[in-house]
Order: sequence, then C-alpha cells, then structure tokens
Amino acid sequence: MRISLRGYVAAVVMLFGLMCSSVQAGEVRVAVASNFVAPMERIAVLFQQESGHTLKISLGSSGSFYTQIKGGAPFDVFLSADDAIPKRLVQEKLALESSRFVYALGKLVLWSAQPDLVDAKGAVLNKGNFNKLAIANPLLAPYGMAAKETLEKLVMWNAMQGKLVKGENITQTYQFVATENAELGFIALSQITKDGKVTEGSWWLVPSQMYKPIKQSAVQLSGAKDKAAVQAFLDFLKSEKAVAIIRAFGYELP
Amino acid sequence: MTPLDPADLQAVWLTLKLASVSTLVLLLVATPLAWWLAHSGKWYKGLVAAAVALPLVIPPTVLGFYLLLLMGPHGVVGELTTALNFGRLPFTFSGLVIGSVLFSMPFAVQPIQNAFEAIGKRPLEVAATLRASAWDRFASVALPLARPGFVTAIILAFAHTVGEFGVVLMLGGNIDGETRVLSVAIYNHVEAMEYAAAHVLAGGMVLFSFLVLLGLYLAGGKFSKVTK
Repeated sequence: MRISLRGYVAAVVMLFGLMCSSVQAGEVRVAVASNFVAPMERIAVLFQQESGHTLKISLGSSGSFYTQIKGGAPFDVFLSADDAIPKRLVQEKLALESSRFVYALGKLVLWSAQPDLVDAKGAVLNKGNFNKLAIANPLLAPYGMAAKETLEKLVMWNAMQGKLVKGENITQTYQFVATENAELGFIALSQITKDGKVTEGSWWLVPSQMYKPIKQSAVQLSGAKDKAAVQAFLDFLKSEKAVAIIRAFGYELP
Repeated sequence: MTPLDPADLQAVWLTLKLASVSTLVLLLVATPLAWWLAHSGKWYKGLVAAAVALPLVIPPTVLGFYLLLLMGPHGVVGELTTALNFGRLPFTFSGLVIGSVLFSMPFAVQPIQNAFEAIGKRPLEVAATLRASAWDRFASVALPLARPGFVTAIILAFAHTVGEFGVVLMLGGNIDGETRVLSVAIYNHVEAMEYAAAHVLAGGMVLFSFLVLLGLYLAGGKFSKVTK
C-alpha cells in the first residue's frame, strides 16, 4: 500500500484536531481528593439536575493535584483533603483567595473489616493482638498526619513502628484494611459510611481532640473557564442540600 | 548539601537488592520456560506464551491489586502461605520479589526464547550424534549459543524491576528498608512537594538506566559478532 504525502499530512492534522477538542460551555471540571468521592458523586447528580451545568470529576490525591495544577492542569475547582495546599495555590496565584472555604471537616476512624476486633474505645491498640496497622503516609495525606498525631497522643507512635504499613493515600490505606492484609487501620469515616451509618466491620471513632482538625478546603483555580458555572457549583456546595449529603457521609462542618 | 536523607539511600540499596534477587529468580524460572516454549510442539504452547506476555498488557497497579487480594488472608496464595507457616506475603520483601518476577517475566522469557529458537535444531542434533546427553546438549551447546539472549534478558529484567512502580506501590506498604523502593521514594517526594530530593533521585535513576541500556547495546553488538 502506498500512502501519499498529502494523505499523511491530512491524517496528522486530523489527529491533532481530535486531541485538541475544546471544552463545552457550562462545564465545571473539579479535582476531588479521593476521600470525598462518595459524597461528591451524590452532589454531582443533584447539581447537574438543578443547574443544567455539567460536572467533570477527577479523583486523586491532593499532592498529585497540586503538582498537576502547577503544571497547568485544566481544572476549575479543587476540593483538597486539607487546607495547606489550597493556601499554597493561592500564594502562588494559581487560585483565588476569595473563593477558599472549608467544605468538610474530616473524621478519623480506626477500622477493621473483622466484626469484633476493634472496640468502641480503641483499647485494641493496647492489646496489640494484630500484625499490621495501616495508616496513610503522614507526610502526604492529612488523614495520615491525623493518625500519627493520635498515636503520639496515646504515646504509642514509637511502639507501633514495627507494625505500621503506609498507604500512599487514604484510598490505598482503606484497600489494605478492606482486603484484611492489615487487620486494622486509621482511615476516613466517610470511606465506611453509607447513608449515615457504618455497617461493616468494627471501629473506633477517634475523638476529635486527638488530632488537629482536618479542614478539607475548596478553592476556585485562577484558570477557571466558565466563571458563572463555577460560581453556581461553589454556591451549591454550600447549600443545605449539599451539606446534608456531606454530613450523611460522616463529615462535620465548621 | 544534598536534599537526600538516609531513608533515600536505603531505598536505593533496597531497589538494587530487589532487582538483583528478582533477576536471579527470573533466570531460574525463565530459562526452562523459554526452552520449553522454543521446542515444545504441544497444542497449549500458545496459551502459555500468551499468559507469559500478559504482564505487558495489564496495568501494574491492577496486577498489584490482584496480587494483594490473592496473597491476602482470603486469597488462595495467602491461605497456602499461612498454612505452610510462611506468614503472609504483602508488605514483605519476598512479596515484592514475587510481584516483580511476575511483572518482568516477559522481559526475561522472550529474549531467551528467541535466542533458543535462533539456534535451531541442527547444532543440537549434531551434538546428539556425538553422544552428548540431553543435559550436555543444553549446557554445552544451547546455553553458550544463546548468550546474547541471556545478556538481553538479564539487563531488561534488572532495569525493568528498578523502574517498577505500580506493583510495589500496591503490595509494599512503604516500609523503610523492606518495601520502600526508589520509584516509591521519588513518588513520595513529588507528592510531598519536595522537588529537590525528587530531582536528585530521578536524575540518578535516569542516568543509571541509560548506562544499563548503553551496556546492553554495546554488549549486544559484541556478542553478536562473537556468535557470527
């Protein structure tokens, strides 16, 4: 088969055209920290029904999103798992300070997939009848830092070192515990909450004075395209309907 | 002052250890497998060849996730290792070796298989007429002739294990000196926004990989001249 030069050039141009398809109007691209995926999906359905705008959700860890946004990722809104990264984006003029707000306060829970391993007071940590305790990496994930603070407050951080396995993010930490490769682990309450209830395994809801508040903050990015649609989404995220969903998944609000 | 901490150096050392052990295990497993694939006339040969090539297609994190399930307390492998008193494999160095071996299998099997096939039946038949035993034919005729294939297999398997990320990420649990390898350390630094340390580690990795590949091509050229 012979391909003419003209045909080759036409094919290349067409490929480029396909790769550079433009963004539709009325579309909000949201980067969402992975612990918030479940409520976000519910909120997205409601928002799309009521506003007619489209939401495009990307999931990932807050640290990865920071790197990607710095690299020019085309997101309009960023729902971080903490408040440090949105603040940093504001400082670097990549996000708008006026738009920054706490959309949820994360709750830490010690969870096991086994029905009666974890007691309601977390005394299981003292008993030590387990091989592996999973936490998210404290350097990367806010829930990991909260887990570390909790263990430090219990004066167990050093004693636990031999048993700790670390997930890169809270999703991976959940996987370690859900597959029972780690008998128990510190994860986000939202990960095991469905319709306001925890139904599986056993857990200890870590008292909130054990760790610094996990202020999950939202921010509008400087490069946001459709400003009206973005504002509509941010307003919706603060609305009673959205807040009810957020609470039902085990978060609190400031 | 370098931005690296002792844990980073430990990650470098662990990566080299993992790559060496995995390459060694791969050679022991891949050689007979490649021999069989090169010479067998069985109808299920195609099935085995396809299975060996599968890790090229499966995303590493997916492979890692299923290994995590298989090696877990409710997985077949996990039940077996617990019954045999080995304990469980995830979060251990041995677990990583098994993951790496599976993941790099095609990179070891295929060059060796190609080399065996390139030899053909003739040299082996000649050796047989000289009363060389089956083992002798393999060890004294096939192995030396297939040397370029082995060189390629060793270097590819080693380099591929050094660059491995997804499987280790899923199976490892990020334990210092046990499962926290170089690629995971770099990823951690990037996620933690410690770009200086990430640059140093990644730069070192690129340089190392380049040298390994350069060695592969130089050695490949030399060996193919010898065999001609």
